[in-house]
Amino acid sequence: MANVLFLIDHDGSKVAKTAGELATFAKRVGSPVGVIIANSGSGDALASQLGGTEVERVVVVENDDVAKHGIAAAVSVLAQVAAEQEPSAVLVASSARGKEIAGRLALRTGGGVITDAVDLKADLSTTQSVFGGSFTVNAKVKVGTPVITIRPSSNEAGAGSGPASVEKFAVTIEAKDKTVAITNSQPPVKGGRPDLTEAKIVISGGRGTNGNFVEVEAMADLLGAAVGASRAATDAGWYPHTHQVGQTGKTVSPQLYIACGISGAIQHRAGMQTSKTIVAINKDPEAPIFDLADFGVVGDLFAVLPQARETIKSKRA
Amino acid sequence: MKIAICVKQVPDSWAEKKMVGGRLDRESVDAVLNDLDEYAIEEALRIIEPLNEGKETPEHTITLISMGPDRTTEAIRKGLSMGADSGLLVSDAALAGSDAVATAKVLSKVIQDGGFDLVFCGTESTDARMSVIPAMLAESLGWAQLTFAGSVKVDASAKSVEIARMTESGVENMSANFPCVVSVIEKINEPRYPSFKGIMAAKKKQIDTKALADIGIAAGDVGLSGAWSEVLEANPRPAREKGVKLEDAGDGGTKLADYLLEKRLV
Repeated sequence: MANVLFLIDHDGSKVAKTAGELATFAKRVGSPVGVIIANSGSGDALASQLGGTEVERVVVVENDDVAKHGIAAAVSVLAQVAAEQEPSAVLVASSARGKEIAGRLALRTGGGVITDAVDLKADLSTTQSVFGGSFTVNAKVKVGTPVITIRPSSNEAGAGSGPASVEKFAVTIEAKDKTVAITNSQPPVKGGRPDLTEAKIVISGGRGTNGNFVEVEAMADLLGAAVGASRAATDAGWYPHTHQVGQTGKTVSPQLYIACGISGAIQHRAGMQTSKTIVAINKDPEAPIFDLADFGVVGDLFAVLPQARETIKSKRA
Repeated sequence: MKIAICVKQVPDSWAEKKMVGGRLDRESVDAVLNDLDEYAIEEALRIIEPLNEGKETPEHTITLISMGPDRTTEAIRKGLSMGADSGLLVSDAALAGSDAVATAKVLSKVIQDGGFDLVFCGTESTDARMSVIPAMLAESLGWAQLTFAGSVKVDASAKSVEIARMTESGVENMSANFPCVVSVIEKINEPRYPSFKGIMAAKKKQIDTKALADIGIAAGDVGLSGAWSEVLEANPRPAREKGVKLEDAGDGGTKLADYLLEKRLV
């Protein structure tokens, strides 16, 4: 079976959860070969974290140029690995960086690119949700080796015995891919809460919070949920824009989405309407969010949320 | 310093969209300048305005570049009314159905021919939302990629750019020498509204329209026939089933909690 390459994201010390998800997708279309691009001396520790996944082989490229020069250098590495492994497709997890790498790699290797797939079939056709989840599209790359980015949490990572083998691969990065100099890099400031795009439950606040996210956060902490915000709330400076859900923010598709004080303008709906279950709390009975909600409460979030929290706590106990 | 800004005309992001034959029906909705492009225009204006101050003929200019049907000139005109100097539109029936690869080819060809130092972009268009074009332009031009900038510093005399890249992976400070492709995130600035004076001035500004033949790209390399990826099928998402809506009569929170517990959602 043909190799299917997939890029394994990590933060230098920890492999991302998407690695197992991509391996499972890759296995559906071929023989999964993971690629780890890491600084000198840190590849083995990362590869060792892939035990129990469906990753069959890992190619480890230790090269310090990627951390120094960024995306063009990463593309160069992947193109060289692809030239060696001759894959039938290359998979990358959807993120700002993942999509940029995919787009450039597609141009460099002469293949088509598809972004933000939520499913991948054995014939390499993909499913995407477009225009804010109002349409579902099936697409396929018809020229060259397809480069496909897949949204995190699109599948459950399967269990396997991998990785069977870890091999080192040396690359040389040319000057043309080193034109950018990265002088400093800081990881994201992580609270104790899960990432928006990976969370099973998202609870978001909008204009109705009036800038007070205390109740929204308290509910999030009780449920182990991520906190989102509408554009109105981030524009007002009430919550960091990295938490914005909507057309110009993040797209989320959790098991449960709780919209608090959010009217549900199309701008916001575009980022959350593919959520499995939607709950809305809003004072305005005419708010369009209620058209989407499986369960809606017309009321004040500052009364409804604490009461719901106390009920959940007491019934769980 | 010559700056090109890639802009796109998109369906109003507040409008419901329709698809016909696997493609967006662009005729049925109001078309506007992609609002994320306005941040790129604003940022470029803030860079060149102080440098041009007091000069008879501006030494630093901004050209808006787009690809799309003829009515794209309306979106370009909006950017000109904000203060950009001129526009360039590649419009050709053969471009319909172009994918990201074809778009990158066309835009990078006119950028290359235009002798620009810098390209500015928004991070994505609000319709396709792929967020790949700035990176793909850097790839096809062979220029430095400085994307997802939350701040930009341009040193026109040293011909260098410094940005703070802000994404879900954190913040990275990076720099490069001209030529560069820069994309800016929407929190970088507050785009200006075109003034009455700006709108009047924009009417006199030049928008060049070019066909594929004018820029030396073969029709077969772009559009639906030249696309490297294809849409096999597109279906509207089924409407959600009507849910429960209740007034909070003092027990709304309890009822909500019961619903979540009963459905085993929490």
